[in-house]
Amino acid sequence: MAAYRYGYSAVLFILCGLSVFLVTNGQETILTGDDGAAAVDSPQTVTETAEQTAEQPAVEERQWEVTEVEEASPDEAAADKQDASAPETLVPPSVPRPKDDFQEELVIRPLHSGDIYASFQFRTLWETDFMRGNKVSHYRLFPKSLGQVISKFSVRELHISFTQGYWRTMQWGQPFLPAPPGAELWVWFQDSVTDVDGTWKELTNVLSGIFCASLNFIDSTNTVQPSASFKPLGISNVTDHRFLRYATLPREIVCTENLTPWKKLLPCGTKAGLAVLLKSEKLFHSSFHSQAVHIRPVCEDWQCKTTSWELRQTLSVVFDLHTSGQGKREWSLFKMFSRTLTDACPLASSSKVYIDITDNPEGEQFELIPATPLLSQAVVLGDRRTFSVYDLTQQITFGAVRSLNLLIRWKSTEGDMLRPLLHGERYVAGYGLQTGEIHTLMYNNHPYRSFPVLLLDSVPWYLRLYIHTLTVTSKAKDNKPSYIHYQPSKDRVRPHLLEMLVQLPPNSVTEVTVQFERALLKWTEYTPDPNHGFYVGSSVLSSLVPSIVAMDTNSTQERPLFSSFFPCKEESSYFVRVYTEPLLVNLPTPDFSMPYNVICLTCTVVAVGYGSLYNLLTRSFQIEEPSLGLAKRIANIIRKMRGVPPL
Amino acid sequence: MLKLSLVTCCFVLSVVIEGLALLDLGVSPYSGDVFHETPLIIYLFHFVVDYAEITFMLADVITAVALYLAVKDYNKQVFRKQKFALEADRYPLDCLELIRSPKEMYYIPLKVAMFYLLNPFTILSCVAKSTCGLNNAVIALFILSTIKGNVLLSAIFLSLATYQSIYPLTLCAPALLYLMQRQYIPVNFRRASFWWFIVQYAFMYLGSLFVIICLSFFLLGSWDYLPSVYGFILSVPDLTPNIGLFWYFFAEMFEHFRLFFLCVFQINVFFYTIPLSIKLKEHPVFLIFMQLAVISIFKSYPTVGDIALYLAFLPVWSHLHRFLRNIFLVSCVLLACSALFPVLWHLWIYAGSANSNFYYAITLLFNVAQILLVSDYFYAFLRREHHLTYGLYLKRKDGSEATLVLK
Repeated sequence: MAAYRYGYSAVLFILCGLSVFLVTNGQETILTGDDGAAAVDSPQTVTETAEQTAEQPAVEERQWEVTEVEEASPDEAAADKQDASAPETLVPPSVPRPKDDFQEELVIRPLHSGDIYASFQFRTLWETDFMRGNKVSHYRLFPKSLGQVISKFSVRELHISFTQGYWRTMQWGQPFLPAPPGAELWVWFQDSVTDVDGTWKELTNVLSGIFCASLNFIDSTNTVQPSASFKPLGISNVTDHRFLRYATLPREIVCTENLTPWKKLLPCGTKAGLAVLLKSEKLFHSSFHSQAVHIRPVCEDWQCKTTSWELRQTLSVVFDLHTSGQGKREWSLFKMFSRTLTDACPLASSSKVYIDITDNPEGEQFELIPATPLLSQAVVLGDRRTFSVYDLTQQITFGAVRSLNLLIRWKSTEGDMLRPLLHGERYVAGYGLQTGEIHTLMYNNHPYRSFPVLLLDSVPWYLRLYIHTLTVTSKAKDNKPSYIHYQPSKDRVRPHLLEMLVQLPPNSVTEVTVQFERALLKWTEYTPDPNHGFYVGSSVLSSLVPSIVAMDTNSTQERPLFSSFFPCKEESSYFVRVYTEPLLVNLPTPDFSMPYNVICLTCTVVAVGYGSLYNLLTRSFQIEEPSLGLAKRIANIIRKMRGVPPL
Repeated sequence: MLKLSLVTCCFVLSVVIEGLALLDLGVSPYSGDVFHETPLIIYLFHFVVDYAEITFMLADVITAVALYLAVKDYNKQVFRKQKFALEADRYPLDCLELIRSPKEMYYIPLKVAMFYLLNPFTILSCVAKSTCGLNNAVIALFILSTIKGNVLLSAIFLSLATYQSIYPLTLCAPALLYLMQRQYIPVNFRRASFWWFIVQYAFMYLGSLFVIICLSFFLLGSWDYLPSVYGFILSVPDLTPNIGLFWYFFAEMFEHFRLFFLCVFQINVFFYTIPLSIKLKEHPVFLIFMQLAVISIFKSYPTVGDIALYLAFLPVWSHLHRFLRNIFLVSCVLLACSALFPVLWHLWIYAGSANSNFYYAITLLFNVAQILLVSDYFYAFLRREHHLTYGLYLKRKDGSEATLVLK
């Protein structure tokens, strides 16, 4: 038995080294302790021995272990303690290892505008196959409602987001997870689905029920099939866009009733872990709120031998500290969420809080209380960022008060932000209710590199686009798109879809304009507040932006969740999706109060036409005989009764 | 820009250019709901899109010349008929002042051409580059070939006009009547020659229609255009304001009555053909005028170009003026409405100080005025015919001067 335990300790130690090696490779965890270097001394040999001794099961257990190892590495003492305590937490090999895993993470980034960006990510991985014949019935961490949706509707990928407010790219930089205002839903179906439209319709209704949102208003008039802009984010071999459906509801208002069902999907609910912070009265008292659910199949390992389903629940908030902070630039978890952290979700294999301190390496901008020795570097959106890490699975994080209340106190307000390389804007030009022009501006802020951008525009049918008026100009010159996919609208059936690939010259603004004409709708087709206007969903700019630092192309490597959402195919560029503002367009309105009057009046005119023609057609001219006066007629009647001949 | 929006609904050059742009992108122009022109129009503008202004002007000139020649020929026949009737003493004695003199008829063809070319409606429609001008040219050519007695050309142009916008289908009745009159075929259902002529004409008409439709099919390689062009005209999905009766009516219609009223309104356009042909079987050219007027008032997407075409015929009926009852009122209303259209449109769409009802009221009034105008001419025509048979100064039984009434 003792030998067995020793063997285990050895395996564990080796694993420590192995994962430290992996972590340094991928994430470049900066070890603040000196002794950590010893562990990385001979990674090659460590790997070899690991392969020899532990072989397959050990490698599989890697991920299981990783979090513990990371914490362990800072100093030898911790590592020793780990060694002693690890065997108890490990699952014995005889028991079938649960194939699911849950991680939670909170990233906080102080923005240059003085606001605070907080992004929660909850990831559940499950190695299962929803598409198998026999139904998956045993659910552990993965929410059953979503699992059933996946298997019933043969969903390959599902991305849904609810957003309140507009992400201000130029002030706040790029978000980790972009989302347009309102609701957005895009789904890739399995290629076994025959009636995609029917399935889509059912799916939107089911999701509408799950998330308490008006997704049931998604119909053919706001659904499009983009040909290039929305590629599957998980593993995929099918890119036939017949199986893709994309819809936005820019008018959707996101509130508590959407948050509650979203929280219920979490394994710990709001009882423990990071989710305690999700109190709706604070979350919706913010400049920007976006919550999303992303489901996709992902690879478990580098060769993609095993695949698993990934459910990523994300929630991003931007708190406006100017209005709520009474002029003082200072925030804490308690101020933002009116809660503090006390524990990690017991089901989570990793639970971390990251604070972006890239702009504050020496602590001259702000002060972080309590300080943490753990630092981490990650490449996010083409930029190497440094984060302070708080590991909630460690009791030490919570200190003596058994609660973690992070506090940032600003010291100075200056500092400049790296301008986002890609940025988009949109507005409607023109006056009157007859015609108009949609202007989309795309900014390339890169000083010397040009890059291509895919622009996707989905415009409702009641704005009739005239594609021959489409112009694309950059630097006052005509910039011909290299690819245009245009699908004209059908009245009351489908919207316009305009997709094009435009090369943006370095340091330039590219303007896309297209004219449209406003239609008069039937009176029943107007919204209850027709003079408020009609929303047109955001345009979507998707692009591979040249990166300053080398991007990590191995998606299976252990990385912070916020940096691993969009898969990266090459090192030199990274994927960015930018949403422009939605448009609010006024349409001419009929008078809603008088359908009866209009029906009566128009019918009268038609009857006048019919009557006068009928009159002339059926009658003939006759000489008018003088009509008798009233007195004479009465006299005649009396005479008739008397039997006397009339006058 | 302001006025252009009024005169054109969905049949304008910019729409044709849109169709061409869609073709360039490799998309069928009929897959969307912006383009509703026929494939032949696309094909035509594929070549002349750079000379669009000249094309539209040319179309108007063709219309004017065709109308000039047609009316000239028609007047000759009217005069000849009148001479025969006079020689046969068919007119009552007191009708001499109703007899038309060559002097007053001399300038009528010129007046017709000028009425068309100088009509502000025509000019507007031409400036707006409405394809209505082309339809008018086709109809004018149809009238010319009919009046010249060319059966084949008449059938071909009629099928072209029908192909462009269904409604001219009703013009086949006056064409048949006229051609039969010209060839001295009696309109009698029991005569074989009557049926034989109808079969001949129908064969030519349907044959050319078939050829044109197949040609359009081969131009684009699909039948998409049939629902997109004719379904669009018949089911009125586009409610963009125009000068007609349909747009506001169907914008405000209760959903479950829509189909019913759609049928009623569309049947209404075609329905007048039968009674009018019966009543006016001796006067097919007046029947053409009546049909054109009815179409332009009651069609689903009327434009001012359609009105200009039938207004051009008014000088031909200048001899009816003494029987018109309310021409002053009607012309005042028409003029006032034409002036108020852009004003109220501006107030509604641009200034925002009026609502749709203002503009709608003007379209109603405009259409009432048109209806009164047409029925007034119809009345005058019938009355003159009555006088030509029964004498101008009718007496009552007791010898006093009689007034004519419709009974």
